Amino acid sequence: MALTITVNGTPREITADAETPLLYVLRNDLQLKGARFGCGAGQCGSCMVIVDGKAVQSCDVPVSAVAGKSVITIENLGSVERPHPLQQAFIDEQAAQCGYCVSGIIMTAKALLDVNPEPGEHEIRAALAQNLCRCGTHARILRAIRRAAEKMRAAT
Amino acid sequence: MTSGENTAARKLPGSLETNRRLDRWLRVNRDGTVTVFPGKVEIGQGILTVLVQIVAEELDLALERVRLAPADTSRSPNEGITSGSRSIQESGMALRYAAAEVRDLLMQRAAVKLGVSLEQLTAADGVIAARGGGSLTYGELADDDLLAREATAEVAPKAAAQHAVVGTAVPRLDIPAKVAGVPSYVQDLELPGMLHGRIVRPPGYSGRLTALDAAEVQAMPGVVAVVRDGNFIAVVAGREEQAIRAQRRLARISQWEEQSALPENSDPRYLLDCVAIAEVISEKTGETAASGAISELEAEYTRPHIAHASIGPSCAVAQFTDGQYTVWTHSQGIFPLRGDLAKVLGVDEKSITVIHAEGAGCYGHNGADDVALDAVLLARAVPGRPVRVQWMREDEFAWEPYGSAMVVRMRAALGADGRIASWSHDVWSHGHSTRPGGKGGVNLLAGWHLAQPLRPAAPGNPPLPAGGSHRNAIPLYDFPQQHVTNHLVSEAPLRVSALRSLGAHVNVFAIESFMDELAIAAGADPVEFRLRHMKDARARAVIEAVAAKAGWKPREQGDGMRGRGIGFSRYKNLGCYVAVITEVEVENEVRVRRAWAAIDAGQAINPDGIVNQTEGGITQTISWTLKERIDFDRQRVTTRTWQDYPILTFAEAPEIEVTLINRPDQPPLGAGEGAQGPTGAAIANAIFNALGVRMRDMPFTRDRLVAAMI
Ligand code: FES
Ligand code: FES
Repeated sequence: MALTITVNGTPREITADAETPLLYVLRNDLQLKGARFGCGAGQCGSCMVIVDGKAVQSCDVPVSAVAGKSVITIENLGSVERPHPLQQAFIDEQAAQCGYCVSGIIMTAKALLDVNPEPGEHEIRAALAQNLCRCGTHARILRAIRRAAEKMRAAT
Repeated sequence: MTSGENTAARKLPGSLETNRRLDRWLRVNRDGTVTVFPGKVEIGQGILTVLVQIVAEELDLALERVRLAPADTSRSPNEGITSGSRSIQESGMALRYAAAEVRDLLMQRAAVKLGVSLEQLTAADGVIAARGGGSLTYGELADDDLLAREATAEVAPKAAAQHAVVGTAVPRLDIPAKVAGVPSYVQDLELPGMLHGRIVRPPGYSGRLTALDAAEVQAMPGVVAVVRDGNFIAVVAGREEQAIRAQRRLARISQWEEQSALPENSDPRYLLDCVAIAEVISEKTGETAASGAISELEAEYTRPHIAHASIGPSCAVAQFTDGQYTVWTHSQGIFPLRGDLAKVLGVDEKSITVIHAEGAGCYGHNGADDVALDAVLLARAVPGRPVRVQWMREDEFAWEPYGSAMVVRMRAALGADGRIASWSHDVWSHGHSTRPGGKGGVNLLAGWHLAQPLRPAAPGNPPLPAGGSHRNAIPLYDFPQQHVTNHLVSEAPLRVSALRSLGAHVNVFAIESFMDELAIAAGADPVEFRLRHMKDARARAVIEAVAAKAGWKPREQGDGMRGRGIGFSRYKNLGCYVAVITEVEVENEVRVRRAWAAIDAGQAINPDGIVNQTEGGITQTISWTLKERIDFDRQRVTTRTWQDYPILTFAEAPEIEVTLINRPDQPPLGAGEGAQGPTGAAIANAIFNALGVRMRDMPFTRDRLVAAMI
């Protein structure tokens, strides 16, 4: 069936079954490959996007459920040339090994910092409860999020 | 041209030995850039940035002017498998010598063209200038002929003191794109007309398909093909979610017959009852100074099977057109994979091109190679159309080859002088390598399920000194008498293969836990006790460095809740030296709060890369040691999801401080796997330090802890 969803501020028309997980629509119909398949079961956070301001696992949401809502993906934050402060902080801290988990983690962090610009250590860790990293990059990722929060506060 | 017999006979550095042509490794482009063709691949360890650093250094070229070509069997040097922390020694050293030689060739050509002597020339960022005026760029100087020759390795690379790029923390080249969400992985590859495939595996290893009526699946929306070949069944569909739905339906309606062939439970001690080949791998019968042993100690340490558990399930894209196969894969060994694919397909290797594309971190041999065969089999069924196959999470947990279960038995006698008089170490394990390219079989999963099945090659061990299940079983300490035996159990009920550090995680866990038990029996401080038995100056240096960094106090005691412990090893007894101290806090369960490490990996080409790998290695090993175990019943692996297999979370991750001991004048040693062994032991030792409870069976779960305390 034909559906219209708003992704990164632009209405997009797609043809897919209503129950298709949002993840596959983003990746395969809209060619937004930054959200990635990790488990398909809401257990790892590789597929994280922001829906109406909340971090959401896109593998676990049928595309029909986001009609009329705003979906933001990692591609909307910044680019290689003009990284978002969160992306820049991940570069500055070299906070990746394989990097497969990282775009999902940045989206979780973005949703957190949007509502809580000054999160404590415990709040950052708690916000990441839905994200896994297998390479063990945790310490650097936490540093990067702290750094981004500071930079973003200083800029406002 | 320089390909005299002398050159051919001389041993060349690293992989230059087996890939001697300069143009296999490097190409000077007209625009002044240089393309590097490494045979090693990026698996999240940052190797490609390191190789670019080495080439930029020797060629006096800005990093931005160095390009990387993906590894590809039609073009790249054959460097076997990217594993064992050997990439810098093999690929890095080949490129170091090749680049030095290419720079020399460019200089010589410039001298002729500019009509000056070599002494008058200087090179900077790809421009060769003569003192008296006149200059040429590398792009202007090079043509196809220049590098069409064998390397001699006679041009000495720069001395460490001259290094400007090597030895600096150059930021990883791949990270900006990855954090921006740019397509970076084979999982993101999109080819025109691409279809999606999924495989329905048997419910367990022994499953045999007894009934399948595929008609209803064939009729499902989007389904292009249902492929059946013996016990291998799969679907190909237009859209990814359609393939997944068809896979689920197919799994529901297929009927299988199974055997009960797996061990009774996940306790690794089943290994002790298996047929094993015992081999004494170290024997010392020297004099002991002590007049008699004051105490004898014995202990047994174990680890169950654990998973690589890559965050991104294995994936490949393949295409079959006009009799030619092309496959994009995150395999660690594109050439061995091509060899095994050719055996399964019954075709010549020449009709297969294997191209590397990055995947998620793999930490050893996971499903990467297997899914490449899956994709190729499906591509064969739909000629002309590219097929992308990604395993589901459940496929990855159930079918990847695990890190083998292991049991280690230690025995030692302590002399009245407070020194270890005799030492014995017995290790039981399956072989730690069943990668593709093994002899006498095919190590690709789907090959075993076909109507004409291929047999797997027997699991084996890389030989000593590196070793497999016996990796790091021989202690680096100095004992007058020692006896180390490897008991290899060939018949493996679960599929096993190389997992980061192979046997070293468990052997070092055992050695270093036991050293702690002996230190306590001797009434000694564990740091001092290690130094007492260690002659190797570099080993002593990392132990002393980590103790200093952590502010270790002689004979420090935990307080019933918190405690600290140390572990040390030299990886493979010939790689990097690592010492780790962890601080644990034990309430209901064990939590590692902080960790300190000191690492000496010889010359540090990219210091931050070494630190990043060490932090990652420590964090991953905390997860292995505290939480991880593959579970099964008599028929099947029952671990299928992250819920069944919890790993360390962000809430549980420790702070880590790594001290790097850089030795620019020593050869680089590789650093990806040095922390695993020391970390496991450091945790067990810290728990003892905190509570007086000795944990010898991994994982150290809450239940185990409670059991040990009563
Ligand atoms: S892929 Fe969505 S949570 Fe794992
Ligand atoms: S960096 Fe590889 S999973 Fe997080």
